[in-house]
Amino acid sequence: MTLPLTKRRSIHRKVEEGVFKVLMVASMVIVVGCLVLILGTIIWKGLPALSLAMVTQTPKGGYYLGREGGILNAIMGSLYLASGATLLALVFSLPVVLFINLYRRKNSRLAEWTRFSFDVLWGIPSIVYGAFGFIVMVFLGLRASLLAGIFTVALLEFPIMSRAMDEVIRLVPRSLLDASYSLGATRLETAFQVVVRQCLPGILTAVLIAFGRGIGDAASVLFTAGFTDRLPTSLFQPAATLPLAIFFQLGTPFPEVQERAYASAVVLTAMILLISLLARGLVKKSTRHIIK
Amino acid sequence: MKIRPHISIKNLTVYIDQQRVLKDITIDIPDRKITVIIGPSGCGKTTLLKSLNRLLDPLDDVKISGKILVDGEDIYDPKTEVTHIRKKMGLLSQRPQALPMSIYDNVAYGPRIHGHKDKKKLDKIVEQHLKLAGLWDEVKDRLAEPAWRLSVGQQQRLCLARGLAVEPEIILGDEPTSALDPQSSQNVERRLAELKKDYTVVVVTHILRQAKRIADYIAFLYLGELVEHGPAEEVFANPVDPRTRAYLTGEIS
Repeated sequence: MTLPLTKRRSIHRKVEEGVFKVLMVASMVIVVGCLVLILGTIIWKGLPALSLAMVTQTPKGGYYLGREGGILNAIMGSLYLASGATLLALVFSLPVVLFINLYRRKNSRLAEWTRFSFDVLWGIPSIVYGAFGFIVMVFLGLRASLLAGIFTVALLEFPIMSRAMDEVIRLVPRSLLDASYSLGATRLETAFQVVVRQCLPGILTAVLIAFGRGIGDAASVLFTAGFTDRLPTSLFQPAATLPLAIFFQLGTPFPEVQERAYASAVVLTAMILLISLLARGLVKKSTRHIIK
Repeated sequence: MKIRPHISIKNLTVYIDQQRVLKDITIDIPDRKITVIIGPSGCGKTTLLKSLNRLLDPLDDVKISGKILVDGEDIYDPKTEVTHIRKKMGLLSQRPQALPMSIYDNVAYGPRIHGHKDKKKLDKIVEQHLKLAGLWDEVKDRLAEPAWRLSVGQQQRLCLARGLAVEPEIILGDEPTSALDPQSSQNVERRLAELKKDYTVVVVTHILRQAKRIADYIAFLYLGELVEHGPAEEVFANPVDPRTRAYLTGEIS
């Protein structure tokens, strides 16, 4: 005896629902599992080597051979470099994104081309940005410095930040813009007093994604920011960065130095986490007015 | 009824995406009266309303010919500042659109961008216009709360207060009660009826009963054409055009 059609259909749908739910949960487990595995490895290998000296001292002579010192030079260097680069990228990407969304027709050709070029730029490996920064430096007769690193990393962050920002700003409903325009507000006033407010969490996410990418990138700063054992004191001096510090420590043949590389990775991860939490906390108060 | 025009529309034709939405519209909108634009959906009512404060975005594919004079000033003259035109008109949209800020800031937003900085003066402006919109008593103790927490009906009155706070001469309503419950609708209608003492009101609606309740002057649009306009009692009692008659009796809608 065959079941009636509606009954069969209902069983079919139930099975479908179940299968896809299992697939989703499995994907979830795999992704979260990988994350836990990576973080676990870093912490497990790095935590024992982590000491107060590591985050409060610069490398002393023979640090890379396993002697005294820390990576304060790289911590400070990375902080300065990534903050500077993120700020610089923000100064350029916010106007670009507001322009293509508010001053141009929806989905204008210019906007589409800008988005497309961001997508392409996003895919370019960071070593290429580093090489480009290096060529410009040589052309201008500059040497490796914090400033050159900031410019290069800002270039790297710019398309990431812009694209992420664009995705939230283009969702602002036309009626919200009209509400502001109809009160006699200019596009600029509408952009900064209404659109930026409404999109603040999304803009912040974009900034944090770009910051994370910038502070974690080694290849773009290799030639441009250089490396030094001293604390950065000037924009025109080379600056150390955490990703390079990790790279150099991992590259030594000494297990105790390699362990310090993992400890440095723990420091880097903790810094990103701390800054994200801090930034989210800071905007929390101003997000309560956002139109749902 | 003798008409003192506040807005004069002359031979207005509007194309959107190469489609003719409004066809050679000529009408005088009387000063300090409620003019209601009626007509079936898709007839160009909203387009006509939006063309009054230049919200038809030139960035979209819009072509406009003809003239709209407000106080004798051609609003489509390239020399006319669009912000100046819009400041003269408050807009109520179909769904109230609160700005992403507090109740207080929603009302103060307009005055602020037009240069009011003094906190005490702003307080006064906010209070005065919230009262005018009939919302003050409901919100006076929660001015710092996000505007979206208000009910839809309250939000519409907030939008009214916000529009009034820039001291316009004209209030435009684009089916301002269509998202509201009957009681809130009534409340908004009552506000509009009070406001016509000092303001010229132009309301678009597809609700005939509403038009009958509030209109002093009626304009009937059909397929982008201004079929008939005149004092409300005349149009409702003796429609001249057969299409108006058909619409009023519900044969076309």
